[in-house]
Amino acid sequence: MAAIATEHAPVPVAAPRRQRRSFPVWRWVVLLIAGVYFLLPLYAALRFAGLSAFGTVFKQPGFGAALWLSARLAAMTWVITLVLMVPTTVYVHLRLPGLRRVMEVITILPIVIPPVVLIIGVLQVSPGSLKSTPWLLGLVYVILSMPFAYRSIDAGLRALDLKTLTEASNSLGAGWLTTLWRVILPNIRTALLSATVLIIALVLGEFTMASLDLYVTFPVWIVQFDQLNAQMSEAASLLALFVTWLLLMAITTIATRQNRRKGGGEVTLFSAATTTQTIGES
Amino acid sequence: MATNAAKQTAASPVTAGTREATGGTSVSLRNLNRTFGTSKALNGMSLEIAPGELVALLGPSGCGKTTALRIVAGFETADTGEVLIDGKDVSGVPAASRDMGMVFQSYSLFPNMSALDNVGFGLRMRKVGTAARRKRAGELLEMVGLSAQAGQYPHQLSGGQQQRVALARALAIEPRVLLLDEPLSALDAKVRLQLREQIRTLQQRLGTTTLFVTHDQEEALSMADRVGVMSKGKLEQVAAPDELYSRPATAFVAEFVGTMNRLPGDLNSGGTEVTVLGTILPVQPGGPASGAVDALVRPENLTVTTAEGGNGIVTSRTFLGAITRVAVLLSGDAEVAVDVASTTAAAMTPGTAVQVAIPPAPVLVAARAS
Repeated sequence: MAAIATEHAPVPVAAPRRQRRSFPVWRWVVLLIAGVYFLLPLYAALRFAGLSAFGTVFKQPGFGAALWLSARLAAMTWVITLVLMVPTTVYVHLRLPGLRRVMEVITILPIVIPPVVLIIGVLQVSPGSLKSTPWLLGLVYVILSMPFAYRSIDAGLRALDLKTLTEASNSLGAGWLTTLWRVILPNIRTALLSATVLIIALVLGEFTMASLDLYVTFPVWIVQFDQLNAQMSEAASLLALFVTWLLLMAITTIATRQNRRKGGGEVTLFSAATTTQTIGES
Repeated sequence: MATNAAKQTAASPVTAGTREATGGTSVSLRNLNRTFGTSKALNGMSLEIAPGELVALLGPSGCGKTTALRIVAGFETADTGEVLIDGKDVSGVPAASRDMGMVFQSYSLFPNMSALDNVGFGLRMRKVGTAARRKRAGELLEMVGLSAQAGQYPHQLSGGQQQRVALARALAIEPRVLLLDEPLSALDAKVRLQLREQIRTLQQRLGTTTLFVTHDQEEALSMADRVGVMSKGKLEQVAAPDELYSRPATAFVAEFVGTMNRLPGDLNSGGTEVTVLGTILPVQPGGPASGAVDALVRPENLTVTTAEGGNGIVTSRTFLGAITRVAVLLSGDAEVAVDVASTTAAAMTPGTAVQVAIPPAPVLVAARAS
């Protein structure tokens, strides 16, 4: 008995130690494979463009105008989307929870419908006064952003006891607007930041609609310029990628710092996952 | 009750900055009806709450107690009936303008604000300046014993601390009525007991008219001036805790509050007397007038003695300290619980033959449970 006991004793100690030691190896292997997969194309692009291209890319004809148009479109889309989606999603959560499934289905439609179909449809029905302005594209981008914005905001709201918080706020004398502004928005800040990154990434990366609608947005410019100077165009797209990354990192840092101070964290994980995904796509 | 509350307030100096109880606010619920789909949450409920009084609504889940509270708060509307605050109908007044402090069952502190800012939120809504607001919020936190936690955020506070901050936040606006919606049910037993006393002490000191909803009878009986027992959208009885326990008006109240035995009895033709265990007892009004009945008797109102060839056999014993609850199987298959001094109960091991008797006091009868 005693012999058996002493023989068996080290086993439970040794087993986890061996496991713990084997984990990091696999982690590094996976990280390495993923890293190579993502970084190799970037490195190739960098080699192709050449470092000198980065200095002159800003001076290329049309670069500034295209970037400015894309920035305006991003701002426009961001404002309209949040102003529309935040109150709607809050309202659905509070008053029409049964409609959440429906909302989910409706907001996924822009992803399901091919962009070509969507833009041709929009051009058919849109009033002429809109057609030659950036507003048309902006409004279409609002529709495209809906799935991302809705999902971010929905996740943010789900992490809150929204009903109790609004009732508490109401009973203390706050009206609906005050409650939205002072209680709900600050508590879904991370979700809003995540929605913001997604919207910006989407607008800065969207090509099909802009090009079919004859707008020279930043991605359209990159493709057009590619015909004239492929190296310069490659430098521009790398630049765009780095800027988006910086933006994402900044927002994640802000969100993490805020969360460490005030609790929560669920949203950060979600936003990190979804943002990386979209930027990968664009 | 009002005089009681007023006396308490006068006797203890109120913490600086908090309002003296000057009569307080009366609340009156009149014939409230509310239907959700096919279920009637409230079925003609009426209740009068005197200024400064703490009334608890007690009942099983789904009895309508929370609906009643939410109608007073303004979060629900009654289909018919009215709520009067100081004699004025508030049906058309939105929740934000009702001046009611509410503490919720689930944690309701704003996660983005410190404890101090949470408490000051209602004052901010009332356009109180920053300095005055922080001062008052600080006083209220002190009142609930959380001055040291003023700068902490809700996720850094324990459940009990969060509910205390929520209480301070509700009281900060000097509410006309304090509404407590099962504020203790998410807390563990020890914290619940402490907070229960703290709420009661504060309420009496401030003289705030309070409506308290709970499913925990101990909570209701220990805290409230009067307890309203609800069942199926109606108030069965509203009475002081001791009266509720010793003189329940209906069989539902009798069995919901405390432990109650059902003893099969024979009702006389007039429905005025019932024969139980060979004793003829006067019948309290409120039960059925004829048919097979059970007499409702509390464990402490029965006596049991060891007796060879008695009317029952001891089946089990539960030691409760000074007293022991003895379960006896009566001939005729009814099982009853009898409270006995623990010294006496020592001799009543399971299997002992005993004689259970009932002192000749009026009893409540109910239709026999099948």
